[in-house]
Amino acid sequence: MTPQLLQLICFYAFAFVTVAAALSVITLKNSVHAVLALVLTFFSAASLWLLLEAEFLALALVVVYVGAVMVLFLFVVMMLDIDQEKLREGFVKFLPVGLLVAAVMLGEMLGLIGVRAMQARVMGADPAVAAGMPNIEWLGHALYTQFLLPFEIAALILTVGIVAAVALTLRERRGARYESASQQVKVDPRKRVRIVKMAAVRPDEPTAPQEPQP
Amino acid sequence: MISLAHYIVLGAVLFCIAVAGLFINRKNVIVLLMSIELMLLAVNMNFVAFSRFLGDVAGQVFVFFILTVAAAEAAIGLAILVLLFRTRSTINIADIDSMKG
Repeated sequence: MTPQLLQLICFYAFAFVTVAAALSVITLKNSVHAVLALVLTFFSAASLWLLLEAEFLALALVVVYVGAVMVLFLFVVMMLDIDQEKLREGFVKFLPVGLLVAAVMLGEMLGLIGVRAMQARVMGADPAVAAGMPNIEWLGHALYTQFLLPFEIAALILTVGIVAAVALTLRERRGARYESASQQVKVDPRKRVRIVKMAAVRPDEPTAPQEPQP
Repeated sequence: MISLAHYIVLGAVLFCIAVAGLFINRKNVIVLLMSIELMLLAVNMNFVAFSRFLGDVAGQVFVFFILTVAAAEAAIGLAILVLLFRTRSTINIADIDSMKG
């Protein structure tokens, strides 16, 4: 068995799992199962990217998507108490329309691909290896030289995302006591303590010693 | 031999599955969000494949940015979903019509 044949077999296996899992994402009745199917989709897509020798992106897909985004989805799905049956209404009603649109779109895209596939491009040498470095270095060089500004903007977008997510979900419960850190810091000591200047008071003549109280 | 067309066809199939998912799950916001994630995955698949076959790093860099934006989008989308469920106690799209659109 040549390496190319093995690669092709692996491609078909991973592609089959990806498509089957994607189909179950949109058809499964239980949302938790759908999220788990989406995890499988992303994982097999990452394996496909490994076949393309895009190692960093494949691992980033597993870490970022499977590890973070999908877990977030799972948290939300399990936290919300939703009526699954009610949400399934209209599934059968919209099924023909959805299938029709998807089939037509797929036909058009396959037609386009078929035209272009006449000049079939086979996988050449790994461009990263051709440049004499591993994939991560190849990507990192581009990110930190040619794409530095977009990279910084991406970081900014993530910051905006986390601020927005926290600001949206934060709520003040009525009746609970909070301490406001900003108000504590802003406190002006002159508003809390008033220092009054006054002359010292000295008794002019000694007063008579008071009778000790019984 | 794997050719470029293999990967593009796979991306097209994934995208069409996601479109069908948008149509048949019109009531469930969570599945709608997941369909959008599937669409982004299909696009990413094309980007990675083109980057590999044309030997251009820009495709992989773009996938990197798409992953970033998609993560932020998922976080904000789920936050809105939680907020929606808290105030309306439903995530059924048919019930969310207060804006009369």
